[in-house]
Amino acid sequence: MIEQFDVSMVNWARAQFAMTAMYHWIFVPLTLGLSFLVAFFETFYVKTGNEQWKRLTKFWMTLFGINFAIGMATGIILEFEFGTNWSNYSWMVGDIFGAPLAVEGIFAFFIEATFFAVMFFGWDRVSKKMHLFSTWMVAIGSNLSALWILVANGWMQYPVGMEFNPDTARFEMHNFWDILFSPVAIGKFTHATSSGFLLGSLFVVAVSSWFLLKGRHLEMAKKSILVASVFGILSSVFVGFTGDEAAYNVAQVQPMKLATFEGLYDGQRNAGLVAMGVMNNYKKPGDSFDPFLFKFEVPGLLSLLANRQSGSFVPGINDLLYGNEQENILGVDKKMERGKIAVEQLGLYKNAKKQGNDQLAKNALGKFNQHKEYLGYGHLKSVEEAAPPAPINFYSFHLMVVLGTLFPIIFLLFLFYTYKDTISEQKWLLNVGVVAVFLGWVAQECGWIVAEVGRQPWAIQGLLPVSVARSNLTPGTVQTTFFMFLILFTVLLIAEIRIMLTQIKIGPEEV
Amino acid sequence: MIGNLDTATLQQLWWILCSVVGSLFLFLTFVQGGQTLLFTTARNDEEKNLMVNSLGRKWELTFTTLVLFGGALFASFPLFYATSFGGAYWVWILILFTFIIQAVSYEYRRKPDNFLGQTTYDIFLLINGSVGILLIGAAVGTFFTGSNFTLNDYNQVMWQHPWRGLEAATSGFNLSLGLFLVFLARVLGAMYLTNNIDYPDLNRRLAKATLINFIIALPFLLYVLISLLVMDGFGVDPATGVVSMVKGKYLQNLLSSPLNPILLLAGLVAVIWGVVSNSFMGKRCGIWSAGMGTVLVGLAIFSLAAFNNTAFYPSVSDLQSSLTIYNASSSHFTLTAMTYVAIAIPFVLAYIFYFWWKMDAQNLTLADLSSADAKEIY
Repeated sequence: MIEQFDVSMVNWARAQFAMTAMYHWIFVPLTLGLSFLVAFFETFYVKTGNEQWKRLTKFWMTLFGINFAIGMATGIILEFEFGTNWSNYSWMVGDIFGAPLAVEGIFAFFIEATFFAVMFFGWDRVSKKMHLFSTWMVAIGSNLSALWILVANGWMQYPVGMEFNPDTARFEMHNFWDILFSPVAIGKFTHATSSGFLLGSLFVVAVSSWFLLKGRHLEMAKKSILVASVFGILSSVFVGFTGDEAAYNVAQVQPMKLATFEGLYDGQRNAGLVAMGVMNNYKKPGDSFDPFLFKFEVPGLLSLLANRQSGSFVPGINDLLYGNEQENILGVDKKMERGKIAVEQLGLYKNAKKQGNDQLAKNALGKFNQHKEYLGYGHLKSVEEAAPPAPINFYSFHLMVVLGTLFPIIFLLFLFYTYKDTISEQKWLLNVGVVAVFLGWVAQECGWIVAEVGRQPWAIQGLLPVSVARSNLTPGTVQTTFFMFLILFTVLLIAEIRIMLTQIKIGPEEV
Repeated sequence: MIGNLDTATLQQLWWILCSVVGSLFLFLTFVQGGQTLLFTTARNDEEKNLMVNSLGRKWELTFTTLVLFGGALFASFPLFYATSFGGAYWVWILILFTFIIQAVSYEYRRKPDNFLGQTTYDIFLLINGSVGILLIGAAVGTFFTGSNFTLNDYNQVMWQHPWRGLEAATSGFNLSLGLFLVFLARVLGAMYLTNNIDYPDLNRRLAKATLINFIIALPFLLYVLISLLVMDGFGVDPATGVVSMVKGKYLQNLLSSPLNPILLLAGLVAVIWGVVSNSFMGKRCGIWSAGMGTVLVGLAIFSLAAFNNTAFYPSVSDLQSSLTIYNASSSHFTLTAMTYVAIAIPFVLAYIFYFWWKMDAQNLTLADLSSADAKEIY
């Protein structure tokens, strides 16, 4: 199907996409969360007429704007990178993937673009209520854009609502609603946006804590902490529920991903959840090494969480790679055999069609249809290729969960001491508040790592490996653009941080 | 009703919709044109800041329209998206690069401690307005001059030129189209700024810039138009799908429907009227006439490229790899689903126009840059 896999090019293309996505994801969750917080502050201003809320709104809006600009800059390249580095992917799934992107453009991006201008420059050009409406529309538009791209991403994790068309050699959409309301898509959207709200709250708490530590803007800092803590607690609860739902979906539709989250090589009934552990870096699928150098496990909990049924079987990496007849799990080796037949028959079908041999084409198509479910496996070179790297997924997943558990405690403490009106005296907590936002970013990036590294080697889970999804480029070309974007984004990030810090130092206007 | 449309109708409809978005983008490049005028028309920081703040209220619309143009092409003609972006790699990467640096420049240029300095961000805006638009013009030019690619049985693209798309900029036609768009953007930018800013000295110079840039754009426009009328084109046999070179193809396309020459001529007249009214009649609303004209000319150009059995993304390496709106499109189901979504487009345009009108009801003045609410200025 593709003449020669160039592993080096594929890896550079993966690295480039990972790098641009991770840069983009520094800014996007902050935009998602801060946009709503700005809307809250302005709502209080419009409701109370208190100018202090307006000054707060404008201060946080300035920081929002700085972050928003670089989010757009890093976002445009992601849309077009699908075409430049993953052109086979773009063709093979464009019929499905392109539609959410177009809907995103029509519905969400124009809301953001139009109301952003009103929000920033419309204070004296539109009425107070119209301005508030615009601020809310920016928040809604930002989060709507997240919906559509996450629907597309959810489909990559769990491809539904489509069929492979052998004539065009691509996947074609058959049911738009199945794609939009796929449980994986809904889970991803709710988890990613609520985690953005959480990060926005952490950011406001961190900056406000810094003001309190410096003894500046005390009243406005306390007001900000109050609003952000409440929003943060609510968001944390939502993040917890949606995270559980997302993990359940992973267990059901991407069991290999879940197995790597837990470092589970040999499946078990009544499987335990590893609360913490150190993985053995030398462990490979199929060998007899212990996967952990050390671990602390909660018995039976993984079975309960993964299947919502205590004592149930959770497959491990080895079961999924090499099969487990007892649990009726087909191994990757068998899937590869069937996939290779599908690839071969597809080629025969296309040749027969070209030569006008209808009988041969019909026979080939019949055989292809019997095995098309495994088409993607026909491109794998080894059984082990089907397993994503376990340690990076294990550590990222566990770090994300630990931090996600820590944040609501921090918000509760902030809320408690703000309610007691002694927050300014809790220097230790204020220092924790400043640090916590950086942990928030770490948790965000970990979330992306588990979602995307856990999907490897697939561009589309089970259907299209990244080695086939790539463009026909030389490694040197992709290396060049990798470093080009790395340098550019790093320079812009430095600029963003410096501008942001200076604006924070300037602080909100005082009367 | 939409559910009953056949595939060919949907394919044509989506080419028209993509053309509308692409043509609106051409109009909105007044932002890019205005960015280049910072270096030729503004005489001091005060004027520069006025211009940047006027353009800064619109740059996101242009940026978003470009993103939508890409998204709409991806969704409706994925084989074009895959072939062009994956093949003509460098030309698209450089275009994107110029838009990345634009996206931060408005927000960062005057913020304290911005790391690169105001001049750097202003140069970023210049690069976006000149190199970015030039390359977009060159890329669009390949709709008529062809590109160097082949597709295999699985529609995977193999680019046949080592420059990976940058070779487009070596064609006289593509280069002329690119340069025409650069100077047209400057014409539109000057007219938009005249319309939006109250500053008599600057307004006078902008009116002059409108005329000068229009005069510079004219030879490139004439070269493009005359070339289009006489050049061979990439015709498709509707019965067999075989692509071949056809003498005077684009002239034939122009005359194949009365709408094409009407769009083209009405568009050109509207642009000229906008320039004349701004430059000679002291009016400040030429942007609307010229903007509408640009959209009409854009629609005519996109129509010539794809309708009347024409390959809109032709391959000069292998004619039979050329893309038409019929072999490059999404499936009937996807096009139908997206057509339902497209019903929202008039509502989107309506609220954009409403808020544009609300925000621009009063012109921008120096006082706006020093008012109490001016903290967010660029």
